Amino acid sequence: MALIKEKRLLRAPDVFYFRIEAPLISKKARPGQFVIVRLHDKGERIPLSLADIDADGGTISLIVMAVGKTTAEFTAMQPGQDVLDLCGPLGNPTEIEKAGKVVLVGGGFGTAPLYPIAKAFKNAGSEVVTVMGARSKDLLIYEKEMLSVCDRVLVATDDGSKGIKGLVTNALKAELEQAPADLVIAIGPVVMMRAVAETTRPLGTKTVVSLNPIMVDGTGMCGGCRVTVGGETRFACTDGPEFDGHLVDWDVLMNRQRKYIPEQKHSFEQWKTKHAGVVCE
Amino acid sequence: METPKPQKISPKKTPIPEQPPQERRRNFGEVALGYSEEQAAQEAGRCLQCKKPLCVTGCPVGVPIPRFISAVRQKDFKRAIETIKEANLLPAVCGRVCPQENQCEKFCTLAKKFDPVAIGRLERFVADWDRSQGSVQVPETAASTGKRVAIVGSGPSGLTCAYDLAKLGHNVTIYEALHEAGGVLVYGIPEFRLPKAIVAREIELLKRMGVTIVTNAVIGKLITIEEIRQQFDACYIATGAGLPRFMNIPGENLNGVYSANEFLTRINLMRAYQFPEYDTPVKQGSHIVVVGGGNVAMDSARTALRLGAEEVSLVYRRSLAELPARKEEVHHALEEGINMELCSNPVRILGGDNGHVTAVECVRMDLCELDDSGRKKPKPIEGSEFQVKADVVIIAVGTGANPLIAQSERNLTVTKHKYIVADEETGKTSLRGVYAGGDIVTGSATVISAMGAGRKAAAAIHEFVLHDSQLPAKSADEPPARKK
Repeated sequence: MALIKEKRLLRAPDVFYFRIEAPLISKKARPGQFVIVRLHDKGERIPLSLADIDADGGTISLIVMAVGKTTAEFTAMQPGQDVLDLCGPLGNPTEIEKAGKVVLVGGGFGTAPLYPIAKAFKNAGSEVVTVMGARSKDLLIYEKEMLSVCDRVLVATDDGSKGIKGLVTNALKAELEQAPADLVIAIGPVVMMRAVAETTRPLGTKTVVSLNPIMVDGTGMCGGCRVTVGGETRFACTDGPEFDGHLVDWDVLMNRQRKYIPEQKHSFEQWKTKHAGVVCE
Repeated sequence: METPKPQKISPKKTPIPEQPPQERRRNFGEVALGYSEEQAAQEAGRCLQCKKPLCVTGCPVGVPIPRFISAVRQKDFKRAIETIKEANLLPAVCGRVCPQENQCEKFCTLAKKFDPVAIGRLERFVADWDRSQGSVQVPETAASTGKRVAIVGSGPSGLTCAYDLAKLGHNVTIYEALHEAGGVLVYGIPEFRLPKAIVAREIELLKRMGVTIVTNAVIGKLITIEEIRQQFDACYIATGAGLPRFMNIPGENLNGVYSANEFLTRINLMRAYQFPEYDTPVKQGSHIVVVGGGNVAMDSARTALRLGAEEVSLVYRRSLAELPARKEEVHHALEEGINMELCSNPVRILGGDNGHVTAVECVRMDLCELDDSGRKKPKPIEGSEFQVKADVVIIAVGTGANPLIAQSERNLTVTKHKYIVADEETGKTSLRGVYAGGDIVTGSATVISAMGAGRKAAAAIHEFVLHDSQLPAKSADEPPARKK
């Protein structure tokens, strides 16, 4: 059981910030890792990236967007309530080193797990630039947090309501043309990470992506999270979640992400009819 | 103890009542329903009560088989269960899942001429009788020694080790990575072969003996072996061989292709068969292909059938005689209508435009030559390719060692395949005070051999914590020089 200490609406209507009591996990967790959460005894196990780690306060932070039944149930929970199972830290941490210039690219709420990574690179003495994007200004999250730990934050919006008008890859390309980076790390939707990898490929910039395929146990036991990297089958939970973006077989990954869409829809629809109005406070 | 010699020994085992194949293939209820008291006593009457009981030598935990059978014959079931429990914590489990034909029953004197005594069925009967008596009797534990032992993994090996150590008065904590204790007994073996209530009861018993079980604790990630060594007097690693193997053939990452571990975990642990009441889904499929011939392959095939599949085919590269699964499971699978594509091997998995599997292409295998181990070596027959229609494919070709502990503890000696190197008799590893056993040492084996390893390690750990553990834990990772 893990107690929810804090909840706040990060982006209306359905993206929430949670701070959860996890004394042991918070001491061991490193940027780039994830946890597995199971909300109740009929619940599924879902992987969530760490959006912050507070070892002194004994808490971890997670960002949850209500995209399906489990995440909707999660966002309906309140401080004082317990998450039934919290397991972690899982996966390998980001390799943090003084890396000259690091460009972090966040799409959607992928920016959140980049926050602890940005802090760590900054502490290691690197120059940290973040490129973050969303469809419009109101959908951006973690901009303030990123500003507090990065040398520069570049924003791209599809509608031009903030920063440059266009995709994160446009902003990334412009940034890299101005001054090359030693390392690019991208976290966000699969299409975005793929586009980032294609942007940096001709430049030969080392590009790390964090994959979040469907998982069950998160400890290497089921192989459900297998991805093809460099022509080999790897498990995102024990070999990843970070891989060389230039070696990932994106078609396999995108296909596998679609695996349970009918079931997920069915389950979510059924839940919504039963719990009309519960989501989002 | 004198027992009357039987008049005439029946050449056949007393049959065990079972759910009819046509009924059970669509439900998750247990296949075998178990002996009645009369049937058990009758079967016990077939035992010759050998002076030198060879059956016991075939049992990895040394259950005093003739003694418990003698008690069954006299219908003294209380004595029977007490006798079994001298050696085996999990008789209700072992009576159901042990491959008795390769163990105790293989050595039964009767087996030279007749069917062996149905030792497994009798063990199961006695354990079930005990369960039917209502309240669990918590075994007596010795006075507290004040010694703390950590056990990593709550599968059969860890549970056995915990039981023995708790009985000896040690303070035991079990760490389990999943949210539920039991290991393969809960995520792997299906309900129709081992009801979950049986496992739950055994775990409850351990708790009542004072054992602490910590779930959601991935050792190597949340807590390192080094930290365990600092906080405990000794440690037993029994994490099993849980890393599924794939075949590395084209199409293996198509949707609808599962490792047996994933398929069974979704169903057994996560209860995907009750989706959407339970949140975890599983692709049910109408045409299922299972690759492999072991117990896990049989479990997967028969589970898929129970989910409502029209046709389930098992693809195995050798012949029926070589199927490594427990004989009873093969028999039950055939009765239930599992189609066996024997002497066949998958070469690729085919998919449709939607990225979902549509068929498995296999090749027939020739079994003429013998390999170095004397087993028939399967060789593909050129031009014999054929396709089996499939919307779900389950790969059950074995598992490897989970790498998490080895990755986090570099001083622990492992083989090149990441299995932990441990002494066969004691489970001692390269780290002082750290023992290991079960599948993480031997590779995939049986529930009972894992239990045997847990028992041996418990004895060694008992000696260690009482006599050797006073030495500074980090002084040396060699066996201590001081004599006991």
